[in-house]
Amino acid sequence: MQFTVFRFDPEVDREPRYSTYEVPVREGTTLLEALLWIVDNVDGSLSFRYACREAICGACAMFVNGKHRLACKTQIKDLRADEVVVHPLPHLPIIKDLVVDMSGFWEKYRAIRPYLIAEGLGDREFYQSHADRQAIDEMLNCILCACCYSSCPMVWTNPEYLGPAALLKAYRFVRDTRDKGGLERLKLVAGEDGVWRCHTVFNCAEACPKDINITWSIQALKRKLARAALGLKP
Amino acid sequence: MPYHRILVVGAGLAGLRAAIEAAGDDVAVLTRVHPVRSHSVAAQGGVNAPLANVPEGKDDSPERHAFDTVKGADYLADQDAAELMTRLAPERIYEIENWGCPFSRTPEGKIAQRPFGGAGFPRTCFAADRTGHAMLHTLYEQAVKRGIRIYEEWLMLDLIVSGGRCRGVVAMDMVSGRVEAFGAEAVIMATGGAGRIYARSTNSHINTGSAAAFCYRRGVPLKDMEFVQFHPTSLYPNNVLISEAARGEGGYLLNRDGERFMARYAPKAMELGPRDIVARSIQTEIDEGRGFEDAYVHLDLRHLGAEKIKERLPAIREIAMYFAGVDPIEKPIPIQPAQHYTMGGLDVDKDGASELPGLFAAGECACVSVHGANRLGGNSLLETVVFGQLAGAAALRYVSGLEKTGADGAVLEAAVAEVEGRIWELLGRQDGEKVSVIREEMKQVMFEKVGIFRTEGPMREAVEKIRELKERVKRARVDAKGRRYNLELIGALELPAMLDLAEVIAVGALARTESRGSHFRRDYPERDDVNWLKHTVARWTPDGPRLEYKPVVITKWQPEARKY
Repeated sequence: MQFTVFRFDPEVDREPRYSTYEVPVREGTTLLEALLWIVDNVDGSLSFRYACREAICGACAMFVNGKHRLACKTQIKDLRADEVVVHPLPHLPIIKDLVVDMSGFWEKYRAIRPYLIAEGLGDREFYQSHADRQAIDEMLNCILCACCYSSCPMVWTNPEYLGPAALLKAYRFVRDTRDKGGLERLKLVAGEDGVWRCHTVFNCAEACPKDINITWSIQALKRKLARAALGLKP
Repeated sequence: MPYHRILVVGAGLAGLRAAIEAAGDDVAVLTRVHPVRSHSVAAQGGVNAPLANVPEGKDDSPERHAFDTVKGADYLADQDAAELMTRLAPERIYEIENWGCPFSRTPEGKIAQRPFGGAGFPRTCFAADRTGHAMLHTLYEQAVKRGIRIYEEWLMLDLIVSGGRCRGVVAMDMVSGRVEAFGAEAVIMATGGAGRIYARSTNSHINTGSAAAFCYRRGVPLKDMEFVQFHPTSLYPNNVLISEAARGEGGYLLNRDGERFMARYAPKAMELGPRDIVARSIQTEIDEGRGFEDAYVHLDLRHLGAEKIKERLPAIREIAMYFAGVDPIEKPIPIQPAQHYTMGGLDVDKDGASELPGLFAAGECACVSVHGANRLGGNSLLETVVFGQLAGAAALRYVSGLEKTGADGAVLEAAVAEVEGRIWELLGRQDGEKVSVIREEMKQVMFEKVGIFRTEGPMREAVEKIRELKERVKRARVDAKGRRYNLELIGALELPAMLDLAEVIAVGALARTESRGSHFRRDYPERDDVNWLKHTVARWTPDGPRLEYKPVVITKWQPEARKY
């Protein structure tokens, strides 16, 4: 199978180029296995991020045959294509080849106070009903891979926009019955660089390798903010 | 040159918990991956604590938990350490829950608990089957809250020792390829296990063990490295972990004849025997022709029903569907044993202190020892938060007693020059073997000859083979000559360290002429408490490891036969 991979080393390359590799593929071969095969056997200069190889660490997000994917979770046969074309996550600065600069992504993660706001009890757990725990189950599955962030046209055009991953994280805490952040927390995601910048394009939900409906969480935040603005209980 | 009073290496659960403990002081974390990419994230089934939150567990206690841990360890655990860990378990679990960890819940709203292998009560707290992910994200959130400085994508390549003290580490910025010395008064190693030394492993690609091996080379001894856990259920064929929770929730192990074969090996505990016993049972079924394709058996969850599978084991279902095309609601999962956990590690005491002043270690890279010859499922996550906290506190006490000496510039510069020398040698060499060839040979020989079943002859061959590979790696080449994010170079810098660990494992296993926990010798199938109720301690020498032994701490429980 032919693999065409985007290459760019800002230290030596004036502009991006592509390398092509012929890689043996069998039933079940993943894109990550193919990339590692290239490094071990053909071209050790190819750079990409990876770790767990089981779709839980979020390191190996890339853009493959026109879609955001985790390399480890992508089986070559499932692409149903004659060629595999691999790009780094679009719209992020490139460090080298498939490795992108995620600092903007993490800056926005930090901006929403991504931690439980509550006075600890110390000698026992906070009680939480099974239903309330399950209400945040989907948001908890986020692996911070940045597929959603890279797919969002509002992120492309407005560098200040918090973006889908940070807003999903915000809603995970807003909806957590243990959290005491209340209105203060909602204020962090209000405004034109917050939830209102989301135009419900649903690219984030489409791109998410963990099948999280991120747009839904952003809409839920909008509803809470609207209720708060009307003086109702959010 | 960067300097911090306390430097934590590794940003998984143990490293982050240690850093949080030391956050009042000048602490920084150095890690080869962004913290949430650390291998703790992949832990699935849960974390043990005797909370007695469910009716079947109402009689549970720290003492019962400690006993199960010691028995599971085949009596090689230090009993004072096991008692300490289980006594501190409830407060560490309440703490991380209070910090936001989203545990699954009982009907009353308490932290839910499920049965796990080798445990007398349901004491494994869980967040569905993504417990490591839930805990790691929570601790990272707490690190962000405290503004802890984190050096991401820095690979540790040496430990700096001077004047009989640990003085920092040398590391390479993976992005630029720049090498720097990080001066420190105390270093806390929290770099995880060494599973990738083996061909079949459930571990992340980053679990090479190289960082711990660099400490070993600088004189810090390794303990009990021959004890390597093989998890009974990894997905066939790529060895992604299928959590013990699948059996804790009631899954069956079936051979080709549809027989629940555990009845022949552990008639009382059945599928919930300890991991060493279940792994050997599965491998025996396969070896004796009762597996499928001579490679795997079935883990059948179908009788649990779609609802329970979706709620309690969603990640397992995802993994089986993504990587084997099997929906466990409809079909059994093909599984085989694979390397899973490194029980041994840097020899430390209950505070995580090694014999080298200023060097601490916690989590899988350390050996306290609480897991002895076989770790119980759910005890590794517990170990990370309990001993991460203790190591952080101990490092704080250690540095508070020191004058701020700063770093000795000449020592740090020499340490950087030594690592730069290694890199330039690799980049400068034009011919030689590819590093990846040597690495694959190491993995194969370790799995085949120092694996689930061991005998003297093959292990001798393994030791010889590893020594041959150690020579060959000195002449290996790297084709990619750039410094920037050079994966081939990183692999070449790690491989000699991995070979050192492989040698320690093989030499220790060869010397130990008994069977205990995960270390099973076909030629010595019985446990031998008279001669071998002791820890192996391996010290680096230029000619290979020198083995010493030290006694196991026994407080309450005299060794007895282990029946399940």
